[in-house]
Amino acid sequence: MSEHVNTHSGSHGTMGRLMIGFAMAAILTILPFGLVMGEVDLPRNLTIALIMGMGALQIIVHLVYFLHVGTSSEEGWTLVATIFSVIILVIVLAGSLWVMHNMNENMMPMPDMEQMMNLQSQQG
Amino acid sequence: MATGHVQPQETWSPIFGRLTFDWIPYHEPILIGTFLGVGLAGLIVLALMTRFRLWLPLWRDWVISVDHKKIGIMYMVLGFIMMVRGFADALMMRLQQALAAGGAEGYLPPHHYDQVFTAHGVIMIFFVAMPFVTGIMNYVMPTQIGARDVAFPFLNNFSFWMTVAGALLVNISLFIGEFARVGWLAFPPLSGASYSTGPGMDYYLWALQIAGVGTTLSGINLIATILKMRAPGMKMMMMPIFTWNTLITNVLIVAAFPVLTATLALLTLDRYLDFRFFTNDFGGNAMMYINLIWIWGHPEVYILIIPIFGVFSEIVATFSRKPLFGYATMVWATACIMVLSFVVWLHHFFTMGSGANVNTFFGITTMIIAVPTGVKIFNWLFTMYRGRVRMELPMYWTIGFLVTFTIGGMTGVLLAVPPVDFQLHNTLFLVAHFHNVIIGGVVFGVYAAVTFWWPKAFGFKLDDRWGKRAFWGWFVGFYLAFMPLYALGLMGVTRRMNSYADMGWQPYFLVAALGAVVILFGILSTFMCFYVSIRDRKRLACGGDPWDARTLEWANQSPPQKYNFPQDIVVTGRDMFWKMKEEGFKWSTDYQPIHMPKDTATGVLISAFALAFGFAMVWYIWWLAILSFVAMLAIGIAHTFNYNRDYYIQPDEIAATEAKGASA
Repeated sequence: MSEHVNTHSGSHGTMGRLMIGFAMAAILTILPFGLVMGEVDLPRNLTIALIMGMGALQIIVHLVYFLHVGTSSEEGWTLVATIFSVIILVIVLAGSLWVMHNMNENMMPMPDMEQMMNLQSQQG
Repeated sequence: MATGHVQPQETWSPIFGRLTFDWIPYHEPILIGTFLGVGLAGLIVLALMTRFRLWLPLWRDWVISVDHKKIGIMYMVLGFIMMVRGFADALMMRLQQALAAGGAEGYLPPHHYDQVFTAHGVIMIFFVAMPFVTGIMNYVMPTQIGARDVAFPFLNNFSFWMTVAGALLVNISLFIGEFARVGWLAFPPLSGASYSTGPGMDYYLWALQIAGVGTTLSGINLIATILKMRAPGMKMMMMPIFTWNTLITNVLIVAAFPVLTATLALLTLDRYLDFRFFTNDFGGNAMMYINLIWIWGHPEVYILIIPIFGVFSEIVATFSRKPLFGYATMVWATACIMVLSFVVWLHHFFTMGSGANVNTFFGITTMIIAVPTGVKIFNWLFTMYRGRVRMELPMYWTIGFLVTFTIGGMTGVLLAVPPVDFQLHNTLFLVAHFHNVIIGGVVFGVYAAVTFWWPKAFGFKLDDRWGKRAFWGWFVGFYLAFMPLYALGLMGVTRRMNSYADMGWQPYFLVAALGAVVILFGILSTFMCFYVSIRDRKRLACGGDPWDARTLEWANQSPPQKYNFPQDIVVTGRDMFWKMKEEGFKWSTDYQPIHMPKDTATGVLISAFALAFGFAMVWYIWWLAILSFVAMLAIGIAHTFNYNRDYYIQPDEIAATEAKGASA
């Protein structure tokens, strides 16, 4: 086996970084709960957007502080791999939804067809 | 005859599940003949192996070996064996279609014919093309980056045997039961429980799932190898181009194969536990299967061709005696293909009704993906331009590839235009197109790789005369066999037809059948070439560097010692071996102990139980399924307690083997 280059530097994090991550995760959890439970007077859509946004931030905090994804660990490969996975996931999920939604619209599956036929029989 | 087939009665017993004697196809003369032939040949091989006491060496030196070179060679052997099986299916189809015109029924009843075209597609993609490219990557890549083995040698052995288990399951279906009759991607609802009764479709599912485990694990393994085990100093942009292509291929494998696994798992749930993912009723949607399977399916064709692009890049550079033209553009073109291959899948079902917006998007992305591929073609041409091109055997395949693949690529761009696709969907034009790129690309590339790296693996070149016959057989045979199919497709002839009324089509089918016979000549010449070369290995013997090559795999002896390189190489640039030759590199005799992995039988054992598990699931033999599944887990867990996994080769032993190799 050839030389294993040691690239583990910093990949397990320090206590300080873990605590920063914990604090951020806690804040990002408490805030959305607070928004709902404290019945903060905001438009409904804005509340939803805030909760979703903080959820997304939460994911990033977990990836960076707990899973050590970043430019420094494993020569940056963890970051590249994560970004690639996210791109592929978005393509596959969004693409499938788009394709299947359009197919549904155009191809008129059975329930719609029944409705239309009912409609026609009512009119006719 | 055409309607005479009767499915055996569905019965179930606790011991044998639904397997009864009626499932042995003793009433089909073709299968009995095949079985007798295979059985006889098998007995002869067994007898010869016993006679020459080859069982122990086979087990010790090959079956349990974790050496990436031996595993690579075994992948190639698997590929060639399965190619014979898949090609036999192709000959049968060509003969059937040549005969069954104007009311004639030919010799294959639909029930059998449908199994033949399904088996042909499944075998050629999963058990011929995949083992071939995996084998080449396995053999060549670690030596190109100056490594001693892959990152996880045991996992490599296990991956190989899982692929073999899948291949065996497909072949068992020939003599026990039947195979699927659904086409190579098994679209529901035809492949669902209501329309595909019997074990054929279940053979398909379990064979692909078992082999898929091997493919995915091997993908992870090779990525880890490239990222972690490069020789000191080798930066990413110093890697040989084939290694780059291997990396990108395996990223695609790891990204795409889970989609196949999940899709087939959903279909399995439909078939076994009465789920409704893809049924016509109860909210199922068969089109979702087609959408999902092509999300895997399109990256899959790039998984097959990208390593081959790497092969041709190495060959063109070597035989033109020039560095590859546009190394960086080659890398970026391949990286573009890696991402783009995930945004074109809908072009496989333009006709399904997603509407003009969706079709336009996917039509355009499909045309865009031809651009990086075109970049590669020009890179190869510019590499040859003003090079001192030597027309050795690998270059024959390369030139044949450049011409044939370009034609196939252009018919692909034609098919990317949705209105054209509405005319040509499911016709023989499509069949001709994908054979054009798979034979002209993958098969020619595999042959090029075999002729190019054979001297590396065995220390002697392949016989030139038989090698050229194999090339001309494949090259001429391909054009004869598939150009008529383009014409037929334009006439509107659909694929997978058992018989047809229009006598006017028959001449084209006759020419295509003739083409298949010419390809048969090419395949026979291949085996003749191997035989003659092995017989005359003294005459064909060559040194470590017969082609005056450029990359590290040629820096050691041919065949390489099991530790690959006696010392670590410090890499300082691209085409490192060329540089070493210019600098007058010599191996020093100051050896350090080399850390090596130990062989293990765990991989082959787990795979054997995986095969038993698959067979049991196909036939509903639940006790055997539970037993073999538990055995797989138990062996796997037991292996984690095996701490005796490595050893050191001592300097005096290295000195001895190096001295012996140099004098030979």
